Amino acid sequence: MIRKVWLLPWIGWLVSLPAIAAWDVNMRPGSTAIAREVYDLHMIIFWICVAIGVVVFGVMFWSIIHHRKSRGAEARNFHENTAVEILWTLIPFAILIAMAVPATATLIKMYDNTDAEIDIQVTGYQWKWRYQYLGEDIDFFSSLATSREQINNEAPKGEHYLLEVDNPLVLPVGKKVRFLFTANDVIHSWWVPDLSVKKDAIPGFINESWAIPEEPGIYRGQCTELCGRDHGFMPIVVDVRPQAEFDQWLADTRSAAAAQKASATQEWTLAQLMERGEQVYNTSCAACHQANGQGIPGAFPALAGSPMVTGDIGAHIDIVLHGKAGTAMQAFGAQLNAVDLAAVITYERNAWGNDTGDSVSPQRITELQQ
Amino acid sequence: MDTTLSQTAGIADHGHGPAKGLGRWLFTTNHKDIGSLYLWFSLLMFLTGGCMALMIRAELFQPGLQLIQPEFFNQMTTMHGLIMVFGAVMPAFVGLANWMIPIMVGAPDMALPRMNNWSFWILPFAFTLMISTLFMEGGGPDFGWTFYAPLSTTYAPPSVTFFIFAVHMMGFSSIMGAINIIATILNLRAPGMTMMKLPLFVWTWLITAFLLIAVMPVLAGVVTMMLMDIHFGTSFFNAAGGGDPVLFQHVFWFFGHPEVYIMILPAFGIISEIIPTFARKRLFGYASMVYATSSIALLSFLVWAHHMFAVGMPLAGELFFMYATMLIAVPTGVKVFNWVATMFHGSMTFETPMLFALAFVVLFTIGGFSGLMLAIAPADFQYHDTYFVVAHFHYVLVPGAIFSIMAGVYYWLPKWTGHMLNERLGKAHFWLSFIGVNITFFPMHFVGLAGMPRRIPDYALQFADFNAVASVGAFIFGFSQLVFVYNIISCIRGGERATDQVWEGSHGLEWTLPSPAPYHTFSKPPLIK
Repeated sequence: MIRKVWLLPWIGWLVSLPAIAAWDVNMRPGSTAIAREVYDLHMIIFWICVAIGVVVFGVMFWSIIHHRKSRGAEARNFHENTAVEILWTLIPFAILIAMAVPATATLIKMYDNTDAEIDIQVTGYQWKWRYQYLGEDIDFFSSLATSREQINNEAPKGEHYLLEVDNPLVLPVGKKVRFLFTANDVIHSWWVPDLSVKKDAIPGFINESWAIPEEPGIYRGQCTELCGRDHGFMPIVVDVRPQAEFDQWLADTRSAAAAQKASATQEWTLAQLMERGEQVYNTSCAACHQANGQGIPGAFPALAGSPMVTGDIGAHIDIVLHGKAGTAMQAFGAQLNAVDLAAVITYERNAWGNDTGDSVSPQRITELQQ
Repeated sequence: MDTTLSQTAGIADHGHGPAKGLGRWLFTTNHKDIGSLYLWFSLLMFLTGGCMALMIRAELFQPGLQLIQPEFFNQMTTMHGLIMVFGAVMPAFVGLANWMIPIMVGAPDMALPRMNNWSFWILPFAFTLMISTLFMEGGGPDFGWTFYAPLSTTYAPPSVTFFIFAVHMMGFSSIMGAINIIATILNLRAPGMTMMKLPLFVWTWLITAFLLIAVMPVLAGVVTMMLMDIHFGTSFFNAAGGGDPVLFQHVFWFFGHPEVYIMILPAFGIISEIIPTFARKRLFGYASMVYATSSIALLSFLVWAHHMFAVGMPLAGELFFMYATMLIAVPTGVKVFNWVATMFHGSMTFETPMLFALAFVVLFTIGGFSGLMLAIAPADFQYHDTYFVVAHFHYVLVPGAIFSIMAGVYYWLPKWTGHMLNERLGKAHFWLSFIGVNITFFPMHFVGLAGMPRRIPDYALQFADFNAVASVGAFIFGFSQLVFVYNIISCIRGGERATDQVWEGSHGLEWTLPSPAPYHTFSKPPLIK
């Protein structure tokens, strides 16, 4: 009895299996017609492989069991047979042709980018996505919404850990959406399994793909091309809504953008800028320069006590707005609005003991950008 | 092979055995010494790369960042891949080639012994340089073993320049090794050893050597283009300067896909030696094995862009590369069918080398099946760059290439050392490795299909369970390699004396030599009728 004690944790583990829902072993069929076709192709080729495996391994294990020396098996002397060899060259060839036909048909459909009703430009950045609804005057960034505390195991992990963003891509149901992919820095890859869309976003080039989402809902995906430090931390969330709700979202987003623009002409106190700046810093800057401003030696410079951040204010604004060529420092002037830029620069100049007391107004940024 | 020997192998030491001390290893031109050096080096790199893999698996045991930060995680994935490909698998095959090819074709040594010495001694310097980048400011290469531009150029850490130089050195070593193997096989065969009597291990290595000569310069070219982009103001891969980041991938995979076969063709050769020995039956379809290997080698130059289905190639390009890739299944299938037909109506026994060979046939075929699935371009959009791909290439490389190397080492170890292996320990190593490998890599198919991208240090919660399982398997597999190291050392130090033939069913010139094989063999060529 005592010797069986080591089994207990394993039994407990086995019993608890049905309670864990995460033992998915297969691809999901997805929520577009193309995704279902791809799923079907996947299952056909899978079963073909299983069938071939059963035959080949069947013969092999039959031989292992019956033609073993310990059973007194004597080796026969055959070592070639032209007919058999031709046969087992031609049969796989025929199976492959049968497989190539439906695969070709699906691929041709996937490459038909015509007649799109909505065009969205998707741009990969280290490490976030930018969505521009072409002709709709909507343009925003989408970053990871999971907190650094969850990632560093200092807070419990939420249900959508690492698969949640601040601003999801919102799409209407039933419309053909064409995506135009490109990137700002390195190669990224935009993948939403349920839409069966995966395409590389390549700096300087534009790739196309499309989807017709059929069901309202939230669909999650991730970047699938290694793009540097936070490659694992730039998820994609697609929020598919009925047409009326989508139209409402368009209107709301436009008015929110207008309100944002208006706030750039207001007066902001140092405390307000610091509070907002901390949020912006954690979303846009902390991945490299770290939440404590210490950076990563050799890779990303520290901001705490840095001469750039505590010295000439003009040079500081310049590097945040225009980036630094040949490094990972991006031009945030094109990514953040004037209030966020003013706030984050103010924050950097006063956080982590920098204490310069400087405050940058959104108006100053707006003037510089004109 | 039913070669009969008209005279026993010419053994003449002429009184000069190996030199004494360290000089023996530094200045040796003896193919057996150089083979041993390659094999020891490969074992060291296998354990080093393995430790890196265990660091990766330890971090991935649970969601969240526990042990290492993302930038170091990326350095580990990169170094693990580079070390295993260029430091473990390739040198192991070159080591086996050095040891076995001369005594399989009845040659006194490799054709170019001094170059042979240089080919090996470049490697320790290349890898010291590459591993030293981990300690440089900004860290080592962190852009994956495929080092896609511009992540590896404009956005790379400064140590990338040292990485480029290390790759150049490995390229020199491989090209010289390949030239030597071709020269030996084509020029130094014993009288009567016609091409169609060559053992299959020799045939597969001949074809592999041509692949190496064809593609290592392409790798050198692509890293040189990176060097130019980084230091000399060119813009091969920089779109802002008129270049094209995708060009990098085309050039890289034109090297990279034949490279994949460089790592598997010699494995086919080893398995084709071992299965007939332990089935006590001639290899089925010798000629078709040679033709299948050649077709795989030729096709390997026509399929490179199946690694790039998601980069946005035109439809015609996607279709071409899909069809060409599917075609590779035909000659690969022929090889598997031939191995199974060799076992059929044989008289099989299951010593350690045979167990590894049988596991190779089954698990490599499973890796081949997932390869066939990946070839279907529309489905590949769902598989590409997920753990499904990680599962696929680990199935063909670990229980594929690496199991074949272990099978080969166990198979020839009695010939090298003069001692039989401790079968109990050999079998223990086999079963631990077999179980460990499957627990590690099989669940990766599942998380990949469920949507987990590769090369991420942290993952969403639905992938947690299978990742924990895979990590447990990785530690089982990793630590069971200590049994392998112990087996080799104890076999060198002693054990039951091996006969010349070693295995009951073995055929071929190497088994006509005494065990252990003397320092100089076939100083007079054997005559083969």
